[in-house]
Amino acid sequence: MASAGSAESAAGKSAAGESAAGKSAAGESAAGKGVGAAVGKREGGASAAGAFEPRVVAFACNWCSYPAADAAGINKMQYPPNARIIRVMCAGRIHPAFVLKALELGADGVLVSGCHFADCHYLFGAKRASEQFEKTAKLVHLLGLEPERVRFEMISAAEAPKFVRVMHEFVDDLRKLGPTPLDGAEQGELEVPGAVGDEHT
Amino acid sequence: MATSELDLLKELGDAIRESRARFCYECGKCTGVCPVARYDNGFSPRSLLVRAVRGEGERLVDDVNVWSCLTCKLCDTRCPAGIDYGILTKAVRAVVRREGGEGTCTHGGAVQSLTKIMTARKLKQDRLEWVDGSMKTKKSGDTVFFVGCAPYFEVLFEETGASPLDAARGAVRLLNAAGVTPVLLPNERCCGHDLLWNGDVENFRMLARQNLAMLEESGAKRVIVACPEGYATLRNDYPAHFGELPFEVIHLTEFLAEAIEGGELEFGGAAEETVVTYQDPCRLGRHMGIYDAPRRVIEALPGVTLVEMPRSRERGICCGVGGFQNCTSFSKMIQAARLREAKATGADALVTACPKCEIHLGCALSDPALSDELGLRIVDVAVLAASRLA
Ligand code: FES
Repeated sequence: MASAGSAESAAGKSAAGESAAGKSAAGESAAGKGVGAAVGKREGGASAAGAFEPRVVAFACNWCSYPAADAAGINKMQYPPNARIIRVMCAGRIHPAFVLKALELGADGVLVSGCHFADCHYLFGAKRASEQFEKTAKLVHLLGLEPERVRFEMISAAEAPKFVRVMHEFVDDLRKLGPTPLDGAEQGELEVPGAVGDEHT
Repeated sequence: MATSELDLLKELGDAIRESRARFCYECGKCTGVCPVARYDNGFSPRSLLVRAVRGEGERLVDDVNVWSCLTCKLCDTRCPAGIDYGILTKAVRAVVRREGGEGTCTHGGAVQSLTKIMTARKLKQDRLEWVDGSMKTKKSGDTVFFVGCAPYFEVLFEETGASPLDAARGAVRLLNAAGVTPVLLPNERCCGHDLLWNGDVENFRMLARQNLAMLEESGAKRVIVACPEGYATLRNDYPAHFGELPFEVIHLTEFLAEAIEGGELEFGGAAEETVVTYQDPCRLGRHMGIYDAPRRVIEALPGVTLVEMPRSRERGICCGVGGFQNCTSFSKMIQAARLREAKATGADALVTACPKCEIHLGCALSDPALSDELGLRIVDVAVLAASRLA
């Protein structure tokens, strides 16, 4: 999957960008573009009832959930193809900003999947991931989005069946929720009664 | 979305005219006083201005310096030619952004994503859970309290020790104590300040329109804003884009100062003695010219003594980051110097009226070396005042 490849390197770069806290403008915006490519455009749209196919962005850790997805593929296990998987070196890197960016760009749901706490290759990364995700969930709540639109999982490399189950569950849940209210097509300037001066931009 | 070179020059030309940039005689006072240039010797407001005037607009696209300015307007106070750098910077950024240039958003762009998500018309936020039974609010009426992004900042910047929601709670309690039951908008959007100063005019306008529609619907005659950025945006930028507003916009400290002097707001007696110094937020001070109101409030508080930093009022130093963009090691140096200056006054606490000052200075203070050295607290003026209510 081409988008997963480019997104992966983008996420890698941004990790360097943030820690350097310097003037590199490449980092975060590159990660944003990676997510953008992963979200893509909705084809056909959600017009006909029942035809709605949720678009999912899944951030998966290189050491556990990503190999689990791989193993599911190698074993020819069937799961819904709705997710664009973005591989990251550790789920601890997934700041709320990445999930929000995916939502902003029109993802119907975002999955963050990392190692079990004791398995994380970077000691406290998975713990950090769950703390970050708590923040994400709070922000999603404030925005008034359904809590089911974001999901945190711990899936080890040996748990391909779990990966498959989670994908089924998540996509089913999202199907029930329907399309995200943040779909760009619905946005646009609102008419303000009595406001004038549109020419000034 | 490429603009023709002509449009670009025209737009820059308008900003150059409006900001009086052509009157620059390159004395370099702006660069001399600039808090960023003090640490970052690659940055110079003067050379940016000169390049914009020379028509090098398109070459600014890849220049990181376009985004380094804090837009704190300290240079404006020194400029002998009376140039308005704010107008120029805003225009240059809007042009540069449309040509594909971008600043580095801090916190992975989380704030920008949140605000862009808020442009969605179908959004129904859940942002008022912080209001508890002890506060009186209502659904419609003539005074609206514009909360700003506090509920989001509370979550996102927990580690900095800042609590913008405590400030919002304090503000509502103070309004109640002064006999005002404010309206809170359940689906209020970000005011758009950050996007506007990031050069994203389009999304700023989407947010502004939604806020204006909701404010008009609420029947507001007066909108009280606690966040200086929201205040400056509602009061200056909304009318600039959408014409005269059907309501008055005032800052919380203006309201409080008047209520105190009019005898409508009283504070309690026995409170712990404390010495504080006041950080002038750049939006409230230099952008809006409000220096006295917060000081009048602080001085009216029992047990609170106000001491001034050498660089205060018009000369106050910004908190080091503007519009959640380009937080660099230079920002940290600006912040550390400012905190040391605050401590040198002998104050136990630095009082500010801006959630972002609280977040950014709080972030610098979360460096254990610095917080051990200084032992300084940062507190919002509304929190301090509410703690002294009778
Ligand atoms: S290495 Fe997998 S979550 Fe850290």
